[in-house]
This record gives sequence, structure tokens and C-alpha cells, in this order.
Amino acid sequence: MSKLVISAIGPASSVQDGGRYGAQRYGLTPSGAMDRLALATANSLVGNATFAAAIEIGPFGAKFTVREGAVRIALAGASRNADISGRAVVSNTSTTMADGETLTLGFARGGCFSYLAIEGGIAGEPMFGSLAVNARAGLGSPYPRPLQAGDELQAAPASGAAENRIDLPPPVDGPIRVVMGPQDDEFGDAKALFLDREWKISSASDRMGYRLEGPVIKHLHGHNIVSDGTVNGSVQVPGNGQPIVLMPDRGTSGGYPKIATLITADLGRFAQIPAGTGFRFKAVSMAEAQAEARKFSEMLRTLPDRLRPIDNFALNIEALRDANVAGAAVSAVDAGTWQIPSPADTPAHD
Amino acid sequence: MAATLSPPRLLPSGDSAITVEFSRSVDEVANQRVLALDRTLARETITGITETVPTYRSLLVHYDPVQIDFDTLSGKLVTLALLPVPPVTKMRRWRIPVAYGGEHGIDLEDVARTLKSTPENIVARHVAGDYRVAMIGFTPGWSYLSGLDASLQMPRLQNPRLVTPAGTISIGGVQTGVQCLAGPSGWHLLGRTAVRTYQLHRDPIFLLEPGDAVTFSAVDARTFAEQDRAAAAGEIVAELMTS
Repeated sequence: MSKLVISAIGPASSVQDGGRYGAQRYGLTPSGAMDRLALATANSLVGNATFAAAIEIGPFGAKFTVREGAVRIALAGASRNADISGRAVVSNTSTTMADGETLTLGFARGGCFSYLAIEGGIAGEPMFGSLAVNARAGLGSPYPRPLQAGDELQAAPASGAAENRIDLPPPVDGPIRVVMGPQDDEFGDAKALFLDREWKISSASDRMGYRLEGPVIKHLHGHNIVSDGTVNGSVQVPGNGQPIVLMPDRGTSGGYPKIATLITADLGRFAQIPAGTGFRFKAVSMAEAQAEARKFSEMLRTLPDRLRPIDNFALNIEALRDANVAGAAVSAVDAGTWQIPSPADTPAHD
Repeated sequence: MAATLSPPRLLPSGDSAITVEFSRSVDEVANQRVLALDRTLARETITGITETVPTYRSLLVHYDPVQIDFDTLSGKLVTLALLPVPPVTKMRRWRIPVAYGGEHGIDLEDVARTLKSTPENIVARHVAGDYRVAMIGFTPGWSYLSGLDASLQMPRLQNPRLVTPAGTISIGGVQTGVQCLAGPSGWHLLGRTAVRTYQLHRDPIFLLEPGDAVTFSAVDARTFAEQDRAAAAGEIVAELMTS
């Protein structure tokens, strides 16, 4: 086994996958990746199952060092400066790290979360079918908590497969789309205010919920309802009139009225909006939301069809091993091994 | 002769879940209909439903919009929700030991004062209750019970506590609850139980099911400490009776 040693990592970074389902009736929230498209993209690039566990990296920088063999990885999600022992790493491509090499990631730019997928996935013991970290419930593997410097993840030795890039569909922009309800009838004129005005995400946001700052959304009959079930993307409005959008670590039930619910296709895009950046909501019909959900699901399912070989250079595991033996020296013969051509910093989907 | 059932409200919770709402308030009859529909859906497999979450007054039905759309599923749910509620033939009944008052229930004295009673009398009334698990939610194993003696109903705290202990037994509004993990709460803390309603690496991981009957029994602090050790080692500690 090779391993990936975490030499440095910021808060809000943890192992996440598609999430754990089936126990919300017992109060166990699904957790899982904040941006499922980015998770799926990183996984597809290294040949993993779409929602295999990967490292979700929060807005701050991180450093990973490979030990005891080569490891093949891919990075997707928020743009950030990334290099492996000096050579630039391009988002949305796969690459192979030789034994001893260090991947250094800068702060997220124009997004919040990046996903680092490891070929073969992350070794761990699933609970309820998932490795995703849910620290409050003591769940997550190999560590039931956010990652810390010094943690080690077991990884399969790199296969030596040809490296890939991926042709993603053009990123969706524009307002974050919602379906009104389930309790929009608890609000009067405030519904128009919710849809017409600009919102910002507060820095007091986390994997449980994103707090919004904007106009005060007033309730018609007070802010206490009898608790009922929540979903990812529920927009609940507490007494202070500043909505909270529930994220994958949400409580499974809540006692504030929910004015609207984000559409599935926009959950990841919303999760990537940095604190302080303005955005708007737009109400869409159920038919449109479901058509978008089906399209999104189909896109995730067919991501592997979007892989393209990185063809203008040869990245070859033997060359990497040789190079490693030779230390940091880069031979003219192997130059291609060390320079991933990056005609332009591939924009992340956010 | 069954009374005619009112149709539930079907509320969209985004593109992948429907809230089937039987009432807007805490209502015993509505909760029975929620649990009945939940049992029906467990029996009659509807392709596309991925998970159901019963709450006091509504059933949240998660589904995959790739497999079934809102209108089709709504139609099926309304039909099933209007079926007569079958009588519950078998009910699990748990007796949960509680150390009331003192360091285990720091609000007992205050509750007694507010309700112009004594701590002993508050405990007696809480222990006399015959409760049902109306829903489990918020955090793993947090079990909300209906059936609280009306004389024990109190408004929630103005300022919720950020941390309350694991195993807390508390009252808030018309409800009483068994809290499993340490966490925030705005309820009044009457005592603690050693029973873990959620415990990893134990079979079952989740002890209580929505619809289960629950009674409490008072134990002293020493018994609590012994039971807490046993429970930490994986014992269930609660007594299970079937009626």
C-alpha cells in the first residue's frame, strides 16, 4: 500500500463521499460531499466509482506527501494554486505523484471546496454504507473527525494508467434556483423580498448550514412551527428573519418554517459561493426542477464518457520511478513527465 | 365505524422529497396517521422512494425524481394516506431508568418551583406517564415523546443551553424527550438515563423506533453510575416489554 500523509490542512476538511442514507428516521443526517459534481469529477478522473470517498478540502490551503510508493490523484472543485514538488497541477486532470512528492494547495479562489480523489479510493470501514465524516455522530473512516496534520490515508499503488482530463459541460451561472415551500404559506410579502433581493453568505456558515445576510424575512404567524423533516437545501427562516440554508450535516428535523428548497442541481453550485459574495434566488416550477434533477443525475452518471486522454505528452509511471531515484533532477528526456501542459487554468465548474 | 379521514396536504420539499402533512399542530391522531403511512410505505414498495422520516404531524418522503415524478408520487401517497388507520397489534414497550434531579437533572428544582410543586411530585408525575415515540430527529437517537401530563407543560427556555449532557431526560412544551448525544437544548432538564438510544458497534445501533411505547422508572445516582458503565460496554440497560 502507498499512503498519503497530510502534512498540513485547514479546518473544514474531511473525508466525504455520496453520504449515508436510510437512517434519517433515527436522526442520523446523510453528510456527504458539499459539491457532488466536483466529487464525482475528481473520482471519474482516476477511475473511481462516482461517489467514492475523497478528501473534501475547505477554503484554506493544504499539503499532502506521498509515502511508500506512487499515488494517482485528481483535483476538482474550487480553483486554487496547486503544485506537486514545483510542477503546476491543473484542476480537472488526473496526475500521478511519485513516492516522496508533496502536493501543495493554496487558498480556494472563487469557490470553497475542492475534492482530492485518490485512485482506488480511500481505505476505511464504512458505517451505513459510507465513510463520510459526521463528527457529532462519531462517524467517518479512517478518522471520525475532520482531517488534521499528521493523519495518514492508505492508498492503492498508482496503476500507471494514462492520465485524463475531463470535458465538463459549461458551468451553470445565474441565480440559485428554488422550489417554493414546504411552508411558504407562513410568509406573505416576504416571499417577494426573498426572491427579489440580493443575499450574501455569512462567514458563520458550516457543513450544517449556510447563514444568509440580507433583508429581514418576516413570518406571518411567528417563527415556531412543530418540527418536521428537512432536506439538503431547505431554506429555513428563524426568528431573526435571516434564512439558513441547510447543508449535508443538517439536523434531520427542524422547527422553523421553510420558505423554499434549493433544487438538487444547484446544491453544489450554492455550496461553492464564498462568504460575502452576492447572489440571488429564483423560483422555478416543480416540473422544471425535476427536469433539471434528471439532467444533473444523467450528467453525473455519464461523467466517465467525458474523459479525454492528455495526449501531447506521456506521463509514465516507470519514468516517475526513475525520476524519483534520480532525485529532483529533471532530465531532458523525461521533461514531458514533469510538465503538465496547462494552456489555461481550467476553470472549475463554479 | 371509522370517521372519514381528511386528506393530507402534500407539500413540495424541493425536487426530491414530499412532506405529507396531516396536521399543523402536535396531534396524537395525526401522529398515528403519520406512523400508519410510514408502515404502509414499508410494506408496499413504491419504486423511487428512497427513505421516509416520520415526524409529529407529517411524513417526509424522500424519492428519486429520475424514477418517479412529483405528481405521480403525490397521487399514490394521497391514496395510501386515506386508507383507514389499521389498529396497532404489536407495540414494543420500553422501560427507561432515569436518575432524576441533582447533578443529573439540574432544572428539577426550578421546574417544581415554577409549577408550584415539589421535586418528588414532579418526578412522580413524569414517571406515571405512558409515552409514545412520536419522532426521532435533530441528532442521532434524539427521541421526542408524546403523552406528557398537561400539568408538566412548560415553555422552552428563553436562551437554549449550548451543551446539555448525553442521556438527558427533559421536558419542553407538550413534549418530553430522551436525548442521546451531548448537544444544545432549550428544554428543562429533569434527569439522565444511562440508556444509549444510539450506540455504534451495538446491535441494534438505534434502540427506539417511532411508535414505540416508553415509560420511565426512577433510579438513584449509584444505580445510574452502574448502568452507565454497563451501557458503555454495550448493554442495552432499558427493559423491553412487548404488549
